[in-house]
Amino acid sequence: MTIEPHMPKLALGPVLYYWPKETLLDFYERIAASPVDIVYLGETICSKRRALNTEEWLALAERLSVAGKEVVLSTMALLEAESELKTLRRLCENGRFTVEANDMGAVRLLSARGASFVLGTGINVYNDRTLRFLAGLGAKRWVMPVELSAETLAAMQAERPTGMETEIFVYGRLPLAYSARCFTARHHDLPKDDCRFRCLDYPEGLTVSTREGQAFLALNGIQTQSAQTCNLLLELEELRELKVDVLRVSPQTERTEAVIAAFAACLRGDRDPLEAAREINATLPHGACDGYWQGLAGLRQVEEV
Amino acid sequence: MPTVSTPSKPLELVCPAGNLPSLKTAVDHGADSVYIGFRDDTNARHFPGLNFDAKTAAQGVHYAHARGRRVFVALNTFPQPSGWERWRRAVDQAADLGVDAVIAADISVLDYAHRRHSDLPLHLSVQGSATNYEAIRFYHEHFGIRRVVLPRVLSLPQVRHVRENSPVDLEVFGFGGLCIMVEGRCLLSSYVTGESPNMCGVCSPAKAVRWEETPQGLETRLGGLLIDRHAPGEPAGYPTLCKGRFTVADQTYYAIEEPTSLNTLTLLPELQDMGIAAIKIEGRQRSPAYVTQITKVWRAAIDACRRSPTAYAPKPEWLRELGKVSEGHQTTLGAYHRTWQ
Repeated sequence: MTIEPHMPKLALGPVLYYWPKETLLDFYERIAASPVDIVYLGETICSKRRALNTEEWLALAERLSVAGKEVVLSTMALLEAESELKTLRRLCENGRFTVEANDMGAVRLLSARGASFVLGTGINVYNDRTLRFLAGLGAKRWVMPVELSAETLAAMQAERPTGMETEIFVYGRLPLAYSARCFTARHHDLPKDDCRFRCLDYPEGLTVSTREGQAFLALNGIQTQSAQTCNLLLELEELRELKVDVLRVSPQTERTEAVIAAFAACLRGDRDPLEAAREINATLPHGACDGYWQGLAGLRQVEEV
Repeated sequence: MPTVSTPSKPLELVCPAGNLPSLKTAVDHGADSVYIGFRDDTNARHFPGLNFDAKTAAQGVHYAHARGRRVFVALNTFPQPSGWERWRRAVDQAADLGVDAVIAADISVLDYAHRRHSDLPLHLSVQGSATNYEAIRFYHEHFGIRRVVLPRVLSLPQVRHVRENSPVDLEVFGFGGLCIMVEGRCLLSSYVTGESPNMCGVCSPAKAVRWEETPQGLETRLGGLLIDRHAPGEPAGYPTLCKGRFTVADQTYYAIEEPTSLNTLTLLPELQDMGIAAIKIEGRQRSPAYVTQITKVWRAAIDACRRSPTAYAPKPEWLRELGKVSEGHQTTLGAYHRTWQ
């Protein structure tokens, strides 16, 4: 008798950038045909971005659901205005799709409805007690905060509540911070209230470098991301040993489908992770990073590729 | 202009103290409450040589209580599984000291304090990232929090809206170092140095800082990254990651935020009018001299505003005094003023 190796599912995180409607729809049409199991949909960064309205996101969710994907509706990370709470309520009450909470306001609305939900990267779950408390309110999956290490994950997995699924951010520019200020508008000397949607010009954000030319951050409206792309393809063995249920790939403009295909092939054992990581990392604009996973500064790259 | 009326409860002045002399001077100069932390990573100012051990904390609480003032303890970082005992002990210690509130952010800490010490008032720390009233209701319903400290991301109308819908009192930042990111959701420091406020109670930690005189000027580095370069004679501040000069699309500027301090002295009548419960002054890491200075000015300002909100205007000498202790010697209204955003 052979024991089947633990097989995590593949998820595609929400698009964090402001892509035009056509670009988004084309992208998700291709995703419908990709080997990804779970698709997170929705605007999580800025409520002024309206490539798709709520109705259109829900229609897209149906479309992807028909294509066999598990669809999760992602909600905003920084909620300030009443209009944003209104959209949040609408999503939490959709009655059809699971919702990813990225703010405690969403957790409140979802648990009050008795819905099961996902805890996104915007929710600070740093220990098993917090996770157990939120499980009691209906959380069925959590995405580990990106700054936590494999060592902390192991401690969390040893204590995780029954039925709780663990998702790890394995690929993409890391979400690092949110602000009241729009850094993209600021770069153009525009007020936030009259930003002229300049985020549309930066489909992967605006790179920030030191005066020595070392790129390290990317500005994405009110969000700050890493310039380096997190890539944990070489950690697949450890992710499996730790019984991680879901691997999240965060959409980038190029390569997303190739990255999904690479993770899927490596999980099946059809491709060598080292060779695949080498190919992917060679295409990254500012290199790869795995420091957080190793318990170090996030921008470090420890694994030799 | 909003209508200004005399509120029922005076605005409470909440001052920082990184040690016993700071706590005493805050009390002596008119702080209504003082907030402190213990000497470990259970609080977001885990700096060498700072904070209170069991003895000084007890002395501080005694000193404040004898003069009718209150002491809050910040336990506002996020324990990881291996560190839980430290946070549990810190909550118990705060309760044993008879402090007037614990300021916490993590759900496990709030839950433990709420269940174990039901008489211990809880405030939601700014690190809890509650920017909207639904989030505040969450913490109120589950942990009975009595107050929330708002992140420095809301405009004044947004603060008013939260106030009108919040089940608990609001505390807002009035003065001090300005976090431009939503507190509790900023990982910039750990991305560059491996240590963040959430995990370690530090931002841009001193051990990762390097100062170097070079032919191009004084360079400041954090985790090896060049944060800023200062021409001879140009004042050089501490290299906080978000306040460096960086290059974006060939422009070199303060891409995230200038070195500046928040100062809301001019907004006092509006904050009072909308029923804000407390004004918080940042700076547990600062000296007793700083605490003395800011406490004096804010005590005078709050009293003047309460006496006559319509006639209130910040005195030039107040602004001068605050300017002296401000980062980069400049101040801003921050997110309260929409154009800053």
